Amino acid sequence: MPLPYYVSPEQIMKDKAEYARKGISRGKAIVAIEYKDGVLLVAENPSTLLHKVSEIYDRIAFAGVGKYNEFENLRVAGVRLADVKGYSYSRGDVSAKSLANAYSQALGNIFTQDIKPFEVEVLVVEVGDGQNGTKNEIYHILYDGTIEDEKDYAAMGGQSDEIRRYLKDNYQENLDFAASVKLGVRALMVTQNKTLTERDLEVAMLDRGKERRKFRRIPPEVLHQLLADGTE
Amino acid sequence: MLGDNWHKAAFGNYANSSFTDLLRQTSPELLPSELTSQGEMPSVPHGTTVLALRYRDGVIMAGDRQASEGYQVASRRIEKIFKSDDLSGVGIAGAAGPATEMARLFQTELEHYEKVEGENLSLDGKANKLGQMIRMNLPMAMQGLVVVPIFAGFDERSGTGRLFKYDVTGGRYEETDYFAQGSGGKDARDSLKKRFKREMSRDDAVRVAIEALIDASDEDLGTGGPDLMRGILPSVKTITRSGFSDVSEDEIRRNCEAILNDRERL
Repeated sequence: MPLPYYVSPEQIMKDKAEYARKGISRGKAIVAIEYKDGVLLVAENPSTLLHKVSEIYDRIAFAGVGKYNEFENLRVAGVRLADVKGYSYSRGDVSAKSLANAYSQALGNIFTQDIKPFEVEVLVVEVGDGQNGTKNEIYHILYDGTIEDEKDYAAMGGQSDEIRRYLKDNYQENLDFAASVKLGVRALMVTQNKTLTERDLEVAMLDRGKERRKFRRIPPEVLHQLLADGTE
Repeated sequence: MLGDNWHKAAFGNYANSSFTDLLRQTSPELLPSELTSQGEMPSVPHGTTVLALRYRDGVIMAGDRQASEGYQVASRRIEKIFKSDDLSGVGIAGAAGPATEMARLFQTELEHYEKVEGENLSLDGKANKLGQMIRMNLPMAMQGLVVVPIFAGFDERSGTGRLFKYDVTGGRYEETDYFAQGSGGKDARDSLKKRFKREMSRDDAVRVAIEALIDASDEDLGTGGPDLMRGILPSVKTITRSGFSDVSEDEIRRNCEAILNDRERL
């Protein structure tokens, strides 16, 4: 019988983290950008049917990178949590903060308890109504449950450090919608040597001007128009 | 199994896109439960006349605003037509409390399905789901808390408006042209029977709907008529390809005034 040999907890965690990071860095990136009327989410995603960005609740959106089945699992769990909460209290009581904390707990538990950690990072975004001092909220949750809140912009997925650097240099407050889409797409192109067209992108936003459900997808035709406008 | 611990601990163990099933597993106390209490049911407010009719672009739903408790007015301004999603609505008749709760649960159910699955339920699917909810309410109905809504919506597959009525056991029946439910339902149906025409324009259909409500309020104690002094007007909604929308209060007021004027001269 082979003897079980000792591996230090530090080593186990390090290995798991490395494993998760490797999986995530292979994936395509997503950026979130605050603009004048809400928050924009731009993902590199050639599929039109399998979404990386989606609606959770009235003011809350979700974006995931990494392994599809894993972040899809998290997304559905989020929709369930939000709907039950909104039904048992009121729609206004569903907040991105508590959802982000639930994700953080769940990912943290999986990271420490399961053999294989989730190879995902997720963003939970909430749009504020701009009055009464309510601001947009962007939470970035990592594979090990680490949670941070970001301001103005956020990036995650493969080579996100470079993308973040680009956004840091080029982000301006109160951008209009078209400009923020272009900024987002340019940021995603920083790490590659091809031009991204509407066929490679998934764009959605939380538009504070909308009634009740603020989430809206930008159809490819509109996106094409937006991207074509500024290139000349 | 991978993630199983977390799944159970954080969000419960379930695997479909129905919100009602989710509630049953995670928080059954939130479901309209089976009443097991004995004895007489105390009186509760009841909603009264709601109707739906087809017209050229889709379907119109309308309802009066009064809730009654026996011979008393419980409320003058309740809303009986609820938007269940972009392309459908529910009109509630019966015990107001459980009926409003059912409309809210139904609305969450449709939105939940849409978000989890990424697409809408078919109109038939929605109509069946509502039927199941009414059946769930049967034990309460046996105690006197009857809920019998009407459901109407725009069917994207057939490109027309459609409407459904229900019985207390959840039985679902599709009507082709119009239907009215509630204590003033019969009077409203009589009125609709005389005035309804196929393929009416929107303006005509709005007027026919309001006339039917006024007729019902004339004959039925439980149905409130337009109260121009207090500014309480029936609610009228249209559901078409482009969505669920309110008919403006102005337009309803103008119609009410015109109808009452015409009748004065008779």
